[in-house]
Amino acid sequence: MAELTMAKALNLALHEAMAEDPTVLLLGQDVGQDEGVFRISEGLLKKFGADRVIDFPVAESAIAGVSVGMCLTGFKPIAEMQFSGFGYHAFHQVENHISRFRNRTRGRFTCPMVIRMPYGAGIRAIEHHSESREAIWAHLPGLKVVVPSGPRNARALLRASIFDPDPVMFYEPKACYRAFKEEVPDEPETMEIGKAQVVRTGSDVTIISYGASMRPVLEAADDLSLEHQVEADVIDLLSLSPMDTETIIASVKKTGRVVVVHEAPRTCGPAGEIIARIVEKALDFLEAPIARVTGYDLVMPYFNLERHYMPDPLKVVTAVRDVVSY
Amino acid sequence: MPRKQIELSNRVEYLNILDLEGNADAALDPKLDANELRKLFRAMLLARRYDERMLKLQRQGRIGTYGPALGQEAASLGPAYVLGKDDWMAPSFREPAGMLYRGWPMEKLILWWGGNETGSSTPTGVNDTPICVPVSSQCLYAAGIAWGCKLKGGKNVALGFVGDGGTSEGDFHEALNVAGAFQLPLVIVIQNNHWAISLPRQKQSAAQTLAQKAIAYGMNGLQVDGNDILAMVAATREAVEHARSGKGPMLIEAVTYRMGVHTTADDPKKYRTEEEVACWQPKDPLERFWKYLAKKKVMDEKAREALEAELAEQITAAVAKAEAYEPDITEPFRHSLAEMPPTLKEQFAEFQAYMDSSSRPDNGSAPSAHDPLMSRLH
Ligand SMILES: Cc1ncc(C[n+]2csc(CCOP(=O)(O)OP(=O)(O)O)c2C)c(N)n1
Repeated sequence: MAELTMAKALNLALHEAMAEDPTVLLLGQDVGQDEGVFRISEGLLKKFGADRVIDFPVAESAIAGVSVGMCLTGFKPIAEMQFSGFGYHAFHQVENHISRFRNRTRGRFTCPMVIRMPYGAGIRAIEHHSESREAIWAHLPGLKVVVPSGPRNARALLRASIFDPDPVMFYEPKACYRAFKEEVPDEPETMEIGKAQVVRTGSDVTIISYGASMRPVLEAADDLSLEHQVEADVIDLLSLSPMDTETIIASVKKTGRVVVVHEAPRTCGPAGEIIARIVEKALDFLEAPIARVTGYDLVMPYFNLERHYMPDPLKVVTAVRDVVSY
Repeated sequence: MPRKQIELSNRVEYLNILDLEGNADAALDPKLDANELRKLFRAMLLARRYDERMLKLQRQGRIGTYGPALGQEAASLGPAYVLGKDDWMAPSFREPAGMLYRGWPMEKLILWWGGNETGSSTPTGVNDTPICVPVSSQCLYAAGIAWGCKLKGGKNVALGFVGDGGTSEGDFHEALNVAGAFQLPLVIVIQNNHWAISLPRQKQSAAQTLAQKAIAYGMNGLQVDGNDILAMVAATREAVEHARSGKGPMLIEAVTYRMGVHTTADDPKKYRTEEEVACWQPKDPLERFWKYLAKKKVMDEKAREALEAELAEQITAAVAKAEAYEPDITEPFRHSLAEMPPTLKEQFAEFQAYMDSSSRPDNGSAPSAHDPLMSRLH
């Protein structure tokens, strides 16, 4: 076991997968010589060479679209978008080709690729570097959307994504890259995509979140337990598409009260989908209206004001107290 | 310090081999043997007759909207003809001549235009991507395929088609750029048919030729008479050999003309003149080639008649096969992902229950005004 940051854990997963399978390639802007602007690809170029770690021209659509062709010739590309804020340039390749090759060719051609992109606020970055737009991708059929929250699950899920037969959008919470360390097993570890984890148990309320928002949620859960004697069941979704309804419903049936937390804007955000599933399957178990703690429907404020936009422990605690005292 | 002329190594040439009377320039003639010439004529004629039949089927409501390729048979066929079986072709939507030649069963193309995904499932043994609708996006996967071929160390190349309109899209430029920068074995053929729906070529780009766009990406561009099958074969042969031997990508602009409508949903009278269309009539790729063949005595009228009859039969059989196809309504669910996730399984069960329910209109019991539910809604 080693104590690793998420950045190191992701790097480890890349090293492992590339060593194990010669068809795995990494391509993106500055991923080689520079080892990635976040150093996620440290040591890869040196170890695997320029044929497998490809410093790509600045063209997101090309990174995504070229990867499709590589898939068709038997490779498993990992395409890195430097920031999710520039991934929109690749949107049409994802929607028009990556997510639908399997279906339109009835399985003759598939895209077993991963698109990695760092998302989210909390690192005092400039404009276009802080948004949380996972809902855009989760809306696309034929694409999986995975969002890790810590070093251990990041490594296990990235591995699962690389070897998944379908295209995976791997959304990396960049605020978590170096925020904390975690024990990571020595042997390569894989987690099943589409399974949520209950990371803390309690019977008073269910808090559902994912990615970077797990940090304020867990802080809030500690606070609720210590200061308010409220015990929360905390669910880390880990994958938005497919989304693990079962784990959500089991918890809601136990607690009857729900708060959903994410950084993405509220309208049509993932919380809406989570709540719809609860209403469809566990309405009778609800003891209170469901609360959402989310980003606002705003263009992401620049970093001076971004902390006000973000879910924080206090917002979560307040929402939970409202729901519990309903 | 005076400004100086920068000497560029790239240049743009124009290639034409057949004149309008079917005489070939002896120095440039790719000198195909009689068998090869007959094969080309057969493939072009098949594409032409297929196209005509598709227009009829559309008018009879037997397929959906159709985008004919009338007049573009040579531009499509030439490149497909020079590719090896293991090379890759990434068509856009005006390449039936090339696709049929590469081994796509005709019924698949009919099914595609009839709204069936099975028309997108590349047949086994054919290395082509399916018809691609988003204009120019196929250039990027063609570049990716070329990249994959190069990484595998083989000698295969990828050939992609794009329209003159498509050259304005970012994907076209991104594909050429990476292909140049990484010396990929890629050939892009622009089918310059002079119109992108209603936008004329002159308004698509102020560039004098589209072939010259290659220069900015460090590769050669060649403009070709796209209605001249010999020129298309010679030009793409050069480009494919260039790419295959590791010398990098090449861009070919096939100058052709869209003789018909953009699609059956379009009325070209609104934006172009009959005179313009008439000007292109004498350049018809099929009849020009026929004159050449007749002069060379490779085929005579009688042989052509026999061929016409044979192809008509082949097309009729393909139409019958396509029309006998029964789509499996559960297929889309099965191919969404390698395995259906639980939520989709649930939606699938919901869908199946709906399909099985006896109250469905096409399950024999159409809801009537007496239906209690219907009366509640009135
Ligand atoms: C990305 C994209 N934008 C718009 C369209 C709608 N559209 C279909 S064909 C066409 C014109 C394409 O012109 P060109 O590339 O010259 O090909 P042509 O149809 O003339 O063969 C347009 C705009 C599309 N299919 N894809």
